[in-house]
Amino acid sequence: MIIENQKLSRKLFADDIELVPNRKGFGEGLVEAGKNDERVVALCADLTESTQMEAFKKEFPNRFIEVGVAEQNLATVASGMAAVNKIPFITSYAGFSPGRNWEQIRTTITLNEREVKIIGSHGGVSVGPDGATHQMLEDIAMMRSMPNMIVVVPCDYFEAKKATIAIAKNSRPTYLRLAREKTAVITTLDSPFEIGKAQVLFSGSDLTIVACGPLVYEALKAAKNLSKQNISAEVINSSTIKPLDKDTILKSAKKTQAVLTVEEAQINGGLGSAIAEVLSENHPTALIRIGARDRFGQSGKITELWEEYELNAKHIEKFAIELIKRKG
Amino acid sequence: MTVKELELKANQIRQLIIKMLIAAGSGHSAGPLDMADVFTCLFFGGILNYDPKNPDKPDRDRLVVSNGHIAPVIYATMAEAGYFPVNELMTLRQFGSRLQGHPERVRLPGLETTSGPLGSGLSQAAGMALALRIDSNKLSRVYCVTSDGEHQEGNCWEGIMLAGKYKLSNLTVILDRNNIQIDGNTEDVMPLEPLAMKYQAFNWHVIEIDGHNIEEIIAACDQAKAIFEKPTVIIAHTIAGKGVDFMEYDFRWHGYDPHPETAREDYKKALAELRTLRGQIRSEHE
Repeated sequence: MIIENQKLSRKLFADDIELVPNRKGFGEGLVEAGKNDERVVALCADLTESTQMEAFKKEFPNRFIEVGVAEQNLATVASGMAAVNKIPFITSYAGFSPGRNWEQIRTTITLNEREVKIIGSHGGVSVGPDGATHQMLEDIAMMRSMPNMIVVVPCDYFEAKKATIAIAKNSRPTYLRLAREKTAVITTLDSPFEIGKAQVLFSGSDLTIVACGPLVYEALKAAKNLSKQNISAEVINSSTIKPLDKDTILKSAKKTQAVLTVEEAQINGGLGSAIAEVLSENHPTALIRIGARDRFGQSGKITELWEEYELNAKHIEKFAIELIKRKG
Repeated sequence: MTVKELELKANQIRQLIIKMLIAAGSGHSAGPLDMADVFTCLFFGGILNYDPKNPDKPDRDRLVVSNGHIAPVIYATMAEAGYFPVNELMTLRQFGSRLQGHPERVRLPGLETTSGPLGSGLSQAAGMALALRIDSNKLSRVYCVTSDGEHQEGNCWEGIMLAGKYKLSNLTVILDRNNIQIDGNTEDVMPLEPLAMKYQAFNWHVIEIDGHNIEEIIAACDQAKAIFEKPTVIIAHTIAGKGVDFMEYDFRWHGYDPHPETAREDYKKALAELRTLRGQIRSEHE
């Protein structure tokens, strides 16, 4: 059942649900963050439009730096700017940042305690036709392993916008992962959002589905379909992967005794691993992890790829039924 | 300080470096020794605006040391400048020490960054210079000390390109051209020449100096302040291991004593040699 105080979209299960890329929410959030705090600066590596920095560039031309196709420079120049009381947001495709500049992020940002916001656009296979090189699946694992790093994966346009405004104020190095394609806008302006807090969107008692990013919508659709088969699924949007909201996850796991994780990333090291760690250490529970299973992406349409990689509502439903059987 | 006094200070710093390395039992020798004159000039030759009592003061100059492995010379000079007691130098590389094997900003007030992995300092310095410009801070300059070997890193050239693009005239890079790296001489491992022409091609102002000549170091830093359309690189030609005869020119001394069994004796010999030299480390080119 939909949780009322989550104020989800009224069109949640309607055919005409609004579709907007969540990177657009980032672009709008960045302008607002820039208005809130003049220390906010933006750096881009030749992908200004694609990573939605155009509006910020137009509004604050003096606070926009174009570093060219040079992601290692992107991270290190930002570290230097943060040293002079700036709050730099750096954007590129996740495959290149943090894909190519992980060491620079480690040494000059996290170990060095510089407040840089790393925005990795084009996460997941949903990038589509560009193929495996541009479909980042390892970023969550890479960034989650880094001490002193916050990892946030917003589920839609509104959450991306709120997350952007929030991370400008959190005084910590932070990774924000975005998606390329238009995806369902499931939350609203009034939906609660807080870094470090998982939100229970749909209540249930037979199993828990913990998801992040645009796949939260698929999880919700699966939960609705499962309810028609008398399977009651709880859906949690864990948009902050680090620090993980252990209390919310464990509370639900204790109730349902079965957990399904859903992410558009490698399950090795990603959200699935994070949940598995918390459950294993605190409350061992039947678990299935949905995501990229030790393989790369490929070219295709978003629908074809979510089908191939078993990420859509249909597959979530299938795995949920399998999990219920396993639970016994 | 007079030139003579600066030369004596550099010698003192070299002695501290050797003592630190003996105490630590590991660490880098060649780079720290050859940069002693540059660091002496930066801190005692009237180049850097700094305050050990207020290391974060906003109008200070920023010194980014990109080649973090020369930590001993950074620490020795900082201690001499009053950032912390000189006897703390003997904790180098030990558990619980603020003087980590490679410098960590968060642990030691006065450091501007954390470094060790090569090739990233110049970009950070460029980022600082950009941010100072956004703030219209015309009082502070950014200095970056970098090694020649790290110019084999792509990140280094990305930073050089950016500083050229933004005409960061508030940035001075001092490049330690000692010609050595771990695997041998730079020109054998991966040639860097023509280094000056490379910087010129990236729209930098280039000054080449004898990196052991106090007057040349100070004059070059002053000249850089007068260049308004470009960032400046001072290519400081140095002798690896400068000041200790048996270390000079020998790439094996990039790291710790290449003969661990005689390390203690070697360093004592080095110390004795430095003491005898006193202020006599002057350029061979004079």
